[in-house]
Amino acid sequence: MRHAQVALHGDDGDDKARRFRVAALPYLDDVYTLARYLLRNPADAEDAAQECYLRAFRHFETFRGGPIKPWLLAILRNVCRAEYARRGAAALHAVSLDDAEDRVDGLWSAAAASPEEHTLGRFDGETVRRLIAGLPDQFRETLVLREINDLSYREIADVTGTPVGTVMSRLARARAMLRDAWIAEEKR
Amino acid sequence: MTCDEAAVLVHALIDGELDASHIRDVEAHTASCARCGAELAAARELQKALRGGDLRHAAPASLRSRIDRAVPAQTGPSRRALLKGFGLGSLVTAAAAAGVGFVIIGGNRDGLILNEAVSAHLRSLQADHLTDVVSTDQHTVKPWFNGRIDLAPPVIDLTAQGFTLIGGRLDFIDGKPVAAIVYRRRVHVINLFVMQGMGAVLPQPKLQVVQGFNILRWTELGLNLMAVSDLAQDELEEFQSKFETAAKAARTS
Repeated sequence: MRHAQVALHGDDGDDKARRFRVAALPYLDDVYTLARYLLRNPADAEDAAQECYLRAFRHFETFRGGPIKPWLLAILRNVCRAEYARRGAAALHAVSLDDAEDRVDGLWSAAAASPEEHTLGRFDGETVRRLIAGLPDQFRETLVLREINDLSYREIADVTGTPVGTVMSRLARARAMLRDAWIAEEKR
Repeated sequence: MTCDEAAVLVHALIDGELDASHIRDVEAHTASCARCGAELAAARELQKALRGGDLRHAAPASLRSRIDRAVPAQTGPSRRALLKGFGLGSLVTAAAAAGVGFVIIGGNRDGLILNEAVSAHLRSLQADHLTDVVSTDQHTVKPWFNGRIDLAPPVIDLTAQGFTLIGGRLDFIDGKPVAAIVYRRRVHVINLFVMQGMGAVLPQPKLQVVQGFNILRWTELGLNLMAVSDLAQDELEEFQSKFETAAKAARTS
């Protein structure tokens, strides 16, 4: 599928294509960035971003207006889930997600003491990206959508199909986990 | 407020997702509870550390051109069609958000104005809509508004301070004409909307997040100013403070 030339001409043609270009192409970096964090692999991320844009163009009539970035990222997320399935990891993935949520719940309540007094040091971008890549899927996804794709809670809820309350608790945990990983990295 | 609630709400606070009364509640709690105060400080510090880093990935040029080739080329502009669809969607989103949990963005009227400002910002990013008068010279942009709108917007060149003035345009928010002054920092566009008697009088600049855009509002000389951008919050605050300083200097000189 890589490097496939897909002709998208036809239908109501040029006007649709023009509107799509103007609205959607400025967000390619956002789409590609999320793909990199979700799939953790540059080649797969490129494929997923391309597939996302092809699907988005095919279904552009169904876009109901408003900000287009969350709509594109929701499509990308579906593409990535299909990629997980293709890797044959779907079942495993689903189980590991639930496990992670439980496991972290335990950690969270056990570690309810106040965060230790500690000033975070600075790392280069590559190190921080690696620390984020180490977060469990659903926490990584929520954190990236907020801090890097810059979506609002409501938009993250729409993209991930979860209630806003879940978005908030995942974000709180994601930040706590990332902070712990950050401090552990400093001590290495 | 319980500590369990506060542990989650401190994040909503630093993400600009709370309305004024919830901000007060969370701030009161974190001021009196050492543990939650430490939570808040830790969350803020992490957010700051992340925003300083280069965490985005640029799409490879080869990917961009593959996608570009897959979508037919542009033929001719018809801006009308392009503008349809914006606006309504954000109202629907706002209505949905209002019904959900404690994510409450201002009052109804205020929310409407914020949403329209974001829609106007989004429209401005479409082809050929950013500026009606293109100039990096404040003495060209300011007079352009004469006769087009019944207020004299402060137009200030901040190029030396890192925010390039690129022009101005007439826009509409809540059915009323507003002056939009356009700045750029790196690839980020800042729309500074100047309007009269719209929204609350704000003694202090107020930062809000709507649909992922940062909005900073303040009041100056009886005018309501609203800066909208995808720029990071601290940089937008820097813009506001430099603008205010320069505006004061311009008045006294």
